Amino acid sequence: MRPQDILKPGPSGLACLPGGFHIDPVRPVDRAVITHGHSDHARPGHGAVLATRETLDMMALRYGENFAGTTQAIAYGESVRLGDVTVSCHPAGHVLGSAQMAVTCGGTCIVASGDYKDAYDPTCTPFEVVPCDVFITEATFGLPVFRHPDAAHEVRKLLDSVALFPERAHLVGAYSLGKAQRVIALIRAAGYDAPIYLHGAMEKITRYYEQRGVPLGDLRMVKGMKKADLAGTITLAPPSATADLWTRRFPDPVTAFASGWMRVRARARQRGIELPLVISDHADWDGLVATIGATGAGEIWVTHGQEDALVHWCQTKGLVARPLALVGYGDEDETDDVPGGADAQESEPA
Amino acid sequence: MNRFAELLDRLAYEPGRNNKLRLITSYFRETADPDRGLALAALTGALSFKYAKPALIRDLIAMRTDPVLFALSYDYVGDLSETVALMWPKTDDVLRNNPPPPTLSEVVSTLTTLGKTDMPQQLTRWLDELDETGRWALLKLVTGSLRIGVSARLAKTAAAALGDKDPHDVELLWPGLAPPYLDLFAWLEGRAEKPVNLDPAPFRPVMLAHAIEESDFAHLNPADFTAEWKWDGIRIQAVSGRDADGEIVARLYSRTGEDISQSFPDLLPSLRSQNPSQYKPFAIDGELLVLRESRVQSFNVLQQRLNRKTVTPKLMKEHPIHLRAYDLLSEGDDDLRTLPFTERRARLEAFIARLDDPRIDISPQLEFDSWDAITAIRADPAPAGAGEDAQAVEGVMLKRRDSAYLPGRPKGQWWKWKRDPRLIDAVLMYAQRGHGKRSSYYSDYTFGVWTRDDEGERLVPVGKAYFGFTDEELLKIDRFVRRHTTETFGPVRHVVHEADKGLVFEVAFEGLARSPRHKSGVAMRFPRIHRLRWDKPPREADRLETLEKMLVTETATEPTAIDEAAIGAH
Repeated sequence: MRPQDILKPGPSGLACLPGGFHIDPVRPVDRAVITHGHSDHARPGHGAVLATRETLDMMALRYGENFAGTTQAIAYGESVRLGDVTVSCHPAGHVLGSAQMAVTCGGTCIVASGDYKDAYDPTCTPFEVVPCDVFITEATFGLPVFRHPDAAHEVRKLLDSVALFPERAHLVGAYSLGKAQRVIALIRAAGYDAPIYLHGAMEKITRYYEQRGVPLGDLRMVKGMKKADLAGTITLAPPSATADLWTRRFPDPVTAFASGWMRVRARARQRGIELPLVISDHADWDGLVATIGATGAGEIWVTHGQEDALVHWCQTKGLVARPLALVGYGDEDETDDVPGGADAQESEPA
Repeated sequence: MNRFAELLDRLAYEPGRNNKLRLITSYFRETADPDRGLALAALTGALSFKYAKPALIRDLIAMRTDPVLFALSYDYVGDLSETVALMWPKTDDVLRNNPPPPTLSEVVSTLTTLGKTDMPQQLTRWLDELDETGRWALLKLVTGSLRIGVSARLAKTAAAALGDKDPHDVELLWPGLAPPYLDLFAWLEGRAEKPVNLDPAPFRPVMLAHAIEESDFAHLNPADFTAEWKWDGIRIQAVSGRDADGEIVARLYSRTGEDISQSFPDLLPSLRSQNPSQYKPFAIDGELLVLRESRVQSFNVLQQRLNRKTVTPKLMKEHPIHLRAYDLLSEGDDDLRTLPFTERRARLEAFIARLDDPRIDISPQLEFDSWDAITAIRADPAPAGAGEDAQAVEGVMLKRRDSAYLPGRPKGQWWKWKRDPRLIDAVLMYAQRGHGKRSSYYSDYTFGVWTRDDEGERLVPVGKAYFGFTDEELLKIDRFVRRHTTETFGPVRHVVHEADKGLVFEVAFEGLARSPRHKSGVAMRFPRIHRLRWDKPPREADRLETLEKMLVTETATEPTAIDEAAIGAH
């Protein structure tokens, strides 16, 4: 069977006709296989959902217990039969519970990797290379200008700044699911054991990480804290909150943002970021090309991001490559994670 | 080099002056000689190399990368140095051997001596050895543009803070110092005596005035003060001295102590023009002006002469530069700064008369016996002696007769009393967030006035302002912006601006120039929010025609770079 007869892009997302399901569908479908818990991949309203335990739990936290008709958990290394295909689940190293889904049908194996990274992350299971015939890769950072530095070095920059400006608050914009917990874990690994403060929108998911055995140290809610007491502290907040009314509760805040986009100066400046931290949960350029090579796939489908450059690179290496025109996936750092959006909190802060 | 690169990186993002100071001082504390001294040289613009051209950098990256990937990357990043810094691929050899990055002193000393043919190979080696931030800083250094919002003055102030010294002291010593400033740092760290300034024509820290308020006059006696015009030019210090070989050295300094002599070669001969047998070193505090047929030209005309790297004969002929003296700080071996102003003034008058140079004259004093009299003079300078030069009078200066020449802005000695600013009513059109303490507030405003064109009646932007309002007013404007945003483009909010819906600002400004760069064709000098006119509907705001009438007829073309802060205009 030709690969494009096994998986095919459509208006609802990537459809598997012989298996009767969609992967990360953007509209409600009967059967969905979901790679990870970020809201552009994991949406509510499907009939049946197959995902890792963690992803299912995160969807329940976000959308409520009835986010789907039925759910089925799949563990890393496990396979299930769906229609005429077999789906197996492998760690993607993106966030807690993130998975690559390998779809095998008639001897052809296609790996839909969702979002992934090959860099060190103490808060989730490391990425695993899955040999396959067709590899579907993301391309969020699919330009050779994106080379993420060692995240520990970036966290050191943050801690140096906290030491240099003890009378200011440090406000770190970090996506609530995954990035925030990784940044906290890295701060702890660097030896910082003072309390770390959280924006209210991060509480549930961060507590969930702790329940799943990810130690994050002394975490406190920023709400109710006196302004003066926040001097010299670190607070994590959704990226959109760090540029709005909410920041007025902090003494002369230093605004940081943990994102792969911070590699490019103009992106940091546009957001008014004073302390860009290049920490990404997506593979950088080197990670993308190394992974593509390691899978041994002869054909590469490139989705959301900078497809052009990656497709061009694959072609110069003699690989069959094409952009997969899927719509509806973004980069989580560019989406708003505050319920209703930060600007919805129009009234003056208490 | 990596530590220096980190400093530049951090400075480039930091908007606050005090925070910049802290970053630089902390770098000086943690970095050893001679690297920190070379960093100080780089920040003060004291380094000069034969810079690498962008074409060379393009060539280097073309040898290492796929042209399609480079083009896509450059398109995305939008800055050549940054694109190259980010995508530079290290060779396998380099990755295996991991050679140590160069120190800043290696880079500087190599660049100073390197021939053109060796440049590509040397740059390639460094690009291989440095990380992304290091490569970015290196490319900034070799292309000769740091552009990180740090003035020479700020860097010197940060150095002074290392030893808890007064920045003026560093400024005083500065002309006698050279990179890597080992003697300066030794003094700042208390390891050596203060370096002696052997410069024959040193800068002396400038004395500045406070702006006077109506309420101040009640406490001041007119008999204690002298008055003179406040000219709308560039405040400078003109210094002449003799070096160890007996050669005369002449320099012009901006009020922040930057040597700007090379921009005004036509004035330097006048600073050397004394009869050799009677030559005396001197330091004059005065104003740079452009005079045509002995008439002072407007600031817009003078602006043509600012920030020029090369000064053409044509420019000098059409914009002849002139020094109008206010004060004499030294004459011969005498430091006059401790004398009362009236005594210095007498010395100045005698000195200027003896100098007898057509390019140097003295700023006249104004006769007055009461505050009412000087109020009248300020309100109408022309009949009070300014005549046709009234256009170039920015206000009056009041100086205590007994004032010594003190660095900085000492209390109660000198007062500046500017003429009332020009005012227009303009409509808020767009708003952006500010930085630092204002980071969450919409505090940068673009405002416009009405005009009629093919599309009918509409508002055209005429300027931007981000100060002039109180904290309380800021809160109110911020709230207005948030509630009346019609569209957002990235960080910019379009605020409602229709005939009956919108916010009117009374905007104060100092002058207007024609500007082909602005859609409206005019550019304001020092615009600020003067008053909030919540009471006024936008339809009653001013029209572009009103602004055009305010334009001085004689304004020339747009200057290449208006950077008044850098050159110290006041």
